[in-house]
Amino acid sequence: MLIEIAIILLKVLAVLGLVMPLAGALGWIERKGSALIQDRIGANRASIYGFAGAGLVNTLIADPLKFATKEDVIPRGADRLLHTLAPCVNLFPVLVAFAVLPFGNVLIVGGREINLQIEPLGIGVMYVLAMMSLGVYGVVLGGWASNNRWSLLGGIRGSAQMISYELPMGLAVVAMILTYGTLDLQQMARAQGELIWGWLPAWGILYQPIAFVIFLCAGIAESKRLPFDLPESESELISGYFTEYSGIKHLMFFMTDFVEVIIISGLIATLFFGGWQVPYLYASGFEFPWGSSIALPNIAVVLLQVLSFTIKIIFFCWFQIMLRWTLPRFRYDQLMQLGWLGLLPIGFVNIVATALAILALQTT
Amino acid sequence: MTLLTFIPLAALIVGFALGVILNRHPIRSALCLAVTLFLLAVMFVFLDAHLVAALQIIVYAGAILVLFLFVIMLLNLEADIPQKRRRSMSIAAVAGGVVFAGAVLRPILWAGDTLPGPGWSESAPASFGTAESIGARLFTHFVLPFEVTSVLLLVAVLGAVVLAKKKLG
Repeated sequence: MLIEIAIILLKVLAVLGLVMPLAGALGWIERKGSALIQDRIGANRASIYGFAGAGLVNTLIADPLKFATKEDVIPRGADRLLHTLAPCVNLFPVLVAFAVLPFGNVLIVGGREINLQIEPLGIGVMYVLAMMSLGVYGVVLGGWASNNRWSLLGGIRGSAQMISYELPMGLAVVAMILTYGTLDLQQMARAQGELIWGWLPAWGILYQPIAFVIFLCAGIAESKRLPFDLPESESELISGYFTEYSGIKHLMFFMTDFVEVIIISGLIATLFFGGWQVPYLYASGFEFPWGSSIALPNIAVVLLQVLSFTIKIIFFCWFQIMLRWTLPRFRYDQLMQLGWLGLLPIGFVNIVATALAILALQTT
Repeated sequence: MTLLTFIPLAALIVGFALGVILNRHPIRSALCLAVTLFLLAVMFVFLDAHLVAALQIIVYAGAILVLFLFVIMLLNLEADIPQKRRRSMSIAAVAGGVVFAGAVLRPILWAGDTLPGPGWSESAPASFGTAESIGARLFTHFVLPFEVTSVLLLVAVLGAVVLAKKKLG
């Protein structure tokens, strides 16, 4: 009993140990990457004895210190309890959503098989959808509790956008559930280890390219990043719903942004790109379709799988950051039209087509 | 689920539900309702009804309550100013509360041994409350109420659109 609790705690620490430093690193990638795209140098003033580390010292050491030591300002007339509660309510669901993300297959330690997923819930991916729908509260509270007209505008825009894009996201996930016949993300990742025609890994994107596009758009809209960042439009609302937050609260809102990027990347990797699957890697080692094979111990297999998952997550995080500095912002009615009149009907048609295809394949 | 887990959870649920009705500011009321629904979902998880718990959070706490908050924010409702208390209203309220409590408690207190108590040792089968079992029942045994409910929701959406259109002219 104690050992099981200890194993779960270790898994939680491992996932948090991956996610939190990655959120910090994403802050650096964003600033340095945006600087390189915009043909400027970026943040490089902060340095320790002359070592500026290409902006690493600035973003990873100086910025958090600055946020932690700033004065915490609560605007006059604002609801003090809600103002303090909003960043916590914003951060909690996106961190908890990592509980069902699988980062490896099975680790065999001392005869005990450890499933590398914090908790194999029966409802799997619906838990992630539930947590993302709770993320709206942070935006609503942040906008309302600031006693600021423009924050309220950003909060209303943000929550309307988030609940509008939860629907296409759910529809894309339903298409994947139909394809794999299970709600559990670990089963979906395992099912993508098979080979089509003997050599092509059966990754989700080959079965459901349309669902991938829908999920990508809806996921980026959920995390309110450009091109969907009207709730936070820097040139119009300064910071939208988190304008009136300073210090640690601002850091928490920022961290929520990056952790949401990571969770969306994790979901894309798991649903559409095989999760922790390395092509041709099985539990006993590599088995290539042309006949040769390399036997590997369980530890090496698990390390390769975790590495593959991490690389896929980092790739999609990088992709979303590049997207931010490439595309212009959508106008609000364009945003709503894209969600309700564009992605939603395509999602429905995709589900019906998938269901018909599965029915046709089953009867043959 | 033992008494040790039930009593604190139930106390929290009742506490936040009281917060819904006793709070003067409508936003705090709505947020207390959100916490109540979240804790109800926790109660469902304790009762092995995982799918219902997820649906409670996705649909009720995540969408319907957000709509409540929208309306409160858009109408910019302020904190309620309490009215002067009148003696007749107080007596009527207390009497109504006693009658309602009696009506709710009577079947529970007079049920005897037929209700499961905290020492009930039978646990639900492994397939209880999973998406597969609920889906199977929903599409075989309960397909008619399911379809009728979806038609009902469609009628509600159409009615809202028609009503809103009329107002615009």
